[in-house]
Amino acid sequence: MQKVVIDELRCKGCGLCTTACPHGLIRMSDKLNRQGFLPAVISDEDQEKCVSCAMCARICPDVAITIFKEVKVKVA
Amino acid sequence: MQKRLLVKGNEAVAMGAIEAGCRFYFGYPITPQSDIPEYISREFPKVGGTFIQAESEIASINMLLGASACGMRAMTSSSSPGISLKQEGISYMAGSELPGLIVNISRSGPGLGGIDASQSDYFQAVKGGGHGGYHTIVLAPHSVQEMYDLTMLAFDLSDRYRVPAMLLGDSVLGQMKEALIPHPYVAPADLPAKDWAVSGKDGRAQRVVKSLYLGDGELEAHNWKLYRKYQELRERETRCETAGLDDAKLLVTAFGVTSRIAKTAIRMAREEGLKVGLLRPITLFPFPDKAFADATARTKRVLCFELNTGQMVEDVRLSVARDAEVFFYGRPPGAGSLPTPEELLAQIRTYYKD
Amino acid sequence: MSTAMQQVFAHPVSLKDVQTHFCPGCQHGTIHRLVAEAMDHFGVQEKTIGVASVGCSVFLYAYFDIDVVEAPHGRAPAVATGVKRACPDKFVFTYQGDGDLAAIGTSEIIHAANRGEGMTVIFVNNTTYGMTGGQMAPTTLPNQKTSTSPYGRNVGNDGYPIRMAELLAQLEGVAFSARVAVNTPKNVMQAGRVIKQAFETQLQGRGFSFVEVLSACPTNWGMDPLKANARIAEEMIPYFPLATFKDTSAA
Repeated sequence: MQKVVIDELRCKGCGLCTTACPHGLIRMSDKLNRQGFLPAVISDEDQEKCVSCAMCARICPDVAITIFKEVKVKVA
Repeated sequence: MQKRLLVKGNEAVAMGAIEAGCRFYFGYPITPQSDIPEYISREFPKVGGTFIQAESEIASINMLLGASACGMRAMTSSSSPGISLKQEGISYMAGSELPGLIVNISRSGPGLGGIDASQSDYFQAVKGGGHGGYHTIVLAPHSVQEMYDLTMLAFDLSDRYRVPAMLLGDSVLGQMKEALIPHPYVAPADLPAKDWAVSGKDGRAQRVVKSLYLGDGELEAHNWKLYRKYQELRERETRCETAGLDDAKLLVTAFGVTSRIAKTAIRMAREEGLKVGLLRPITLFPFPDKAFADATARTKRVLCFELNTGQMVEDVRLSVARDAEVFFYGRPPGAGSLPTPEELLAQIRTYYKD
Repeated sequence: MSTAMQQVFAHPVSLKDVQTHFCPGCQHGTIHRLVAEAMDHFGVQEKTIGVASVGCSVFLYAYFDIDVVEAPHGRAPAVATGVKRACPDKFVFTYQGDGDLAAIGTSEIIHAANRGEGMTVIFVNNTTYGMTGGQMAPTTLPNQKTSTSPYGRNVGNDGYPIRMAELLAQLEGVAFSARVAVNTPKNVMQAGRVIKQAFETQLQGRGFSFVEVLSACPTNWGMDPLKANARIAEEMIPYFPLATFKDTSAA
């Protein structure tokens, strides 16, 4: 269940999201993306720790991050 | 009986603009054209028009750009130094293919110059004026009636071709009073819809009014498009007044205020038995080059008369038949008076050959 | 009960889903998003006419899915005046940089503001001319090195950085004037709220609204994006305080 979806192709590797995350969950990849930037990534393990606060998305200048939140729904 | 009004040329411009449906005026005071904003500021509230006295000539041309981008008939007016300031905006309008009327009731220059009648802005008006290699449609009235009529025509041509139009007058034409027969404006039925104007998307695709073309080959294609419009104007929209061309041995040419002096001098010459004809360009861009070529196929001598040291004469030389001779008589302003018909008649006698 | 994933942060509808030409760490993208979110919030995308300026912000039409008119350098407030007067029921905004608005366009911005034109101006202050390669701007800080102040801005020669939000707040026609920054998530959220207030000012017909946004230009500052972002708090905010200087709705 991904809460942080980073559009790796859109990311320019500025790293601002790494400073915005209150839990330090985002890091920069060591693999270049197609634009030639080192994009932001988050591990599956860290996805679990994410609280969907969207701080990373808010500071991202390239609108490359989408945030999902786990919500409870009633089953009919 | 038709209604005849005694009005100033500047007022006739304002009246023609209002009659033609112009409801947006943006300007800045400068002599000798301030009667135009004064008249419009008085009359616009009665017809629901928007008049803004802008902080500068630069702001006023850009307000015109904005209103025109919304598809409105809009205008500004000024005089020579003010027109220089507007050139940035005129270039952007030309590049963005925006219609609009710019009235230049010109004064003498260079620099601050004087407020007397002058035709020293011919080059600036017809050769583009600002940067980037464009043209504006330039109309040159020679009477108060034409100040009214050509204002209407300028709006129509400008809307049809999406090329900014300039009405080029001078302090005499702006300030003198003459009889004007006002008539209702009738919009040409085939004026194209302004389907390029911005209005908020409202369900349709985005519209952008711009002059920036950075894609590979885009700007070249855009400039060819503008060029084709200028060619179309040259082919379809030249206008001039002619008289006595059939038997003329000497063709006198002049535009605007000097053509009035020329008409009197030609009449005096005819009374002396000299066969002198007149060719008065009404459109300075597009220049009536075919009319000159046709006339000089018969009449091999041309005298160009201007209130400057020689500007339109260059276009005349480019337009005449190869074996026609072109002479020039002109005076820059500053003497405090206009050349007299007698003065021009003396020139006619000098260059006339049977 | 079971769980499902709900999207809580999405790309605004008014902003095209395209890659921008902005450099890594340049916050024009953030400011574009906030403006687009305000458009979405008030549902004005379909009735908005944007006026683009000259500089890095010139490609407004490439990123916003709205009608746009491109203005000459500094003249956006005059063009927007013509637009707003012609279309008074439309939402009209300009988006200008500091060279555009606070140098070559000072006359146009001051008089549009003073006339109380019902437009919203988004002013991006990054203390430099970005598009032309990092020259000294009217907002360049004292001693800041740029390509035309290689020894640092010398206020004795070059004058002082100009505080536009405070200056414009003095004018009667101005209904709303504020300065925000987009250097932290908190400031970004505050900037989003303030931009919405500015939009509301126009939508309520209260007059001219102005939001100055402090923004980083890592490329021309010669800094990596993180250092450039840190500079906003360290150097810019002390000189350009974040505040709402005027809000007639509060009166």
